Amino acid sequence: MTTEVPVTFLGRVRRDRALGIVAPINAGARLINGRRIEEAAGYPQMESMRDRTRAIRLDALGRLDELLARFAGRVEAGGGHVYFAATGDEAADYIRALASREGVSTIVKSKSMVTEEIELNEALEHDGLETVETDLGEFIIQLAGEKPSHIIAPVLHKTRQQIGALFAERLDVPYTDDPTELNAIARTHLREIFLAADMGISGCNMAIADTGSIVLVTNEGNGRLTTTAPRIHVVVMGMERIVESMPDAATVLEVLARSATGQRLSVYTNVITGPRRPADPDGPEQLHVVILDNGRSQTLAGSEAEILACIRCGACLNVCPVYREVGGHAYGFTYSGPIGAVLTPSLQGLDTWHELPYASTLCGACEDVCPVRIQIPQMLLSLRARSAEEGNLPGWLRRGIRIYARAATRPARFRRLLKAGGLAGRVLAKEGWIEKAPSHGAAWTGARDLPQPATRSFHQRWKEQNRGT
Amino acid sequence: MATQLFVTCLVDAFYPEVGEATVAVLERAGDTVAFPVDQTCCGQPAFNVGMRDEARAMAVHTLSVLDATEGPIVVPSGSCADMIVHHYADLFEDDPESAGRAARVAGRVRELTQYLVDDKGRSDLGTACDGCTATYHPSCHGLRNLGIRAQPEALLDATPGMTRVDLPDAENCCGFGGLFAVEMPDVSVAMMETKIANIEKSGADMLVGVDVSCLMHLAGGLHRRGSPIRVRHIAQILAGAPDDD
Repeated sequence: MTTEVPVTFLGRVRRDRALGIVAPINAGARLINGRRIEEAAGYPQMESMRDRTRAIRLDALGRLDELLARFAGRVEAGGGHVYFAATGDEAADYIRALASREGVSTIVKSKSMVTEEIELNEALEHDGLETVETDLGEFIIQLAGEKPSHIIAPVLHKTRQQIGALFAERLDVPYTDDPTELNAIARTHLREIFLAADMGISGCNMAIADTGSIVLVTNEGNGRLTTTAPRIHVVVMGMERIVESMPDAATVLEVLARSATGQRLSVYTNVITGPRRPADPDGPEQLHVVILDNGRSQTLAGSEAEILACIRCGACLNVCPVYREVGGHAYGFTYSGPIGAVLTPSLQGLDTWHELPYASTLCGACEDVCPVRIQIPQMLLSLRARSAEEGNLPGWLRRGIRIYARAATRPARFRRLLKAGGLAGRVLAKEGWIEKAPSHGAAWTGARDLPQPATRSFHQRWKEQNRGT
Repeated sequence: MATQLFVTCLVDAFYPEVGEATVAVLERAGDTVAFPVDQTCCGQPAFNVGMRDEARAMAVHTLSVLDATEGPIVVPSGSCADMIVHHYADLFEDDPESAGRAARVAGRVRELTQYLVDDKGRSDLGTACDGCTATYHPSCHGLRNLGIRAQPEALLDATPGMTRVDLPDAENCCGFGGLFAVEMPDVSVAMMETKIANIEKSGADMLVGVDVSCLMHLAGGLHRRGSPIRVRHIAQILAGAPDDD
């Protein structure tokens, strides 16, 4: 039996709601959001730090070429290698060639959304390289053969009982759903792999131009092991991850963990500068930084450029009433929630992703919490405008709006339209309510009644009362 | 100088009693009300689906009607007021003349409760709502883009006979979202169910809001499940006509 992957957003929503994976996401997102609110209450500087973070990120985006060049120069001066990849394939090819040249057979990875974006694991496994995710959430996802449902909590859609069953089946251990025991099982399993690994691949929360450093924030020790135990460390970073200086990075760190998980700082904040130096007792012999474009240059030149200022905290997902009801997989790609609804079509084009900007009520909760104050609703609107222009709207909607707009610019015609609505209402409604609307109105009346349109509009009633203008 | 009423297309077509209540409230506050009869729709439905040419044409029409008048323009909707106040500017980036007109009109547009409380200093209109236990749903555009929440809550708190109870998770969107409600019905309804559960949890027997759009979605959901909770626009409360529909 083959399972067909739903191609529409709504199709994926229906699948995931039926699978029951949305309820744990909803609960998890609310929990994390509550922690963010709690932490922000004790941090009066939050608003001013958001302003400073926004200024830092926008300044970096405005001077991306200059800062990336400075960063690359510093990395190379410190003995590291830098590779600019235009596409995901180029990035993967560089890493595959490196692995082949260096005789790598086992690779460990720490959590990285950008490598999810370019499906790096699939490319490496294609070459027969054993590639193991070591972040607990990503490890579970990999075992289950699934995709992350949240950008910072990839396994939010699974219950601990499901994880217990998965471990029992795939790791040949007795069933337990105790989180501490599950953690211990993963740790034991991964320890051997860490020791055998030749290459560690990490993402990058920030790259610092002045020092050529990589900042990596994690809540598990796996990030440190991945970047220090194997003899080769490969960093994959989106080209927009750059900030100019260490103080700039420190400012972003002030808001990152607070917005992400309600922590003041995550458990580990790693600042990695270069490979092992002669006096260092350990650390990787080689450091490679792969700087990825993959649609970012194009985004930077367009009206959604600011979305690249995102620091991937996930606060907008946790607060989004749509994300909470649909979960992460409905968005169809690595990035979900409001940020995904803007980022995915911006990076990959509206041809495939034109539904995503419509997966929002434009309620604005995302912008309220964004530590970089990214104007997400405004970008959803500009993407919708572009999508409509490119002809992606369904015909019934386009025609309906055209008819409505023609009427709304001709008052007499508008009056006739309301009158016709009133007449239709009289035919369709019972005791003031329509239970079954025709045509696309049926989407309304599936689970809601529709109030009967007024037999006499306000305009008509006003006129009848001779109230003039 | 008369106060101009921009009644909104949904009130015009579905809830004329809300329009009449708005007129009554403004008169109670001492205003003379004028209704520019050529008004239609602000254009938000077209704007929100991305059909900017159509939205622009509707904005041009609305501006021509409103700019020909004087005095404050009162809108019984946070969402439509927000459209005129903030988004008309997006439509006229390449048209300085219309942009100027939009800025002029935007400066006169007020949502009803904003006008009453912030501009007229009238949070107590003296109308009673005997035995009413109400909860207030802050609609998103009014809340986040115009800062409307304290004003309607103050008005309800000053209404004799009314007990206002808190709505849990009040600022979570109800799921209406304009055409979103029919483009993504499953999601819209799921969000509605969450909101309705919170309304029921509040213990209120009446839901009050400042936008008939969200209210018609929630009223439709409540009616479908046979709920006795009444749904009212705040103008109906302030006009002393909560049973007029």
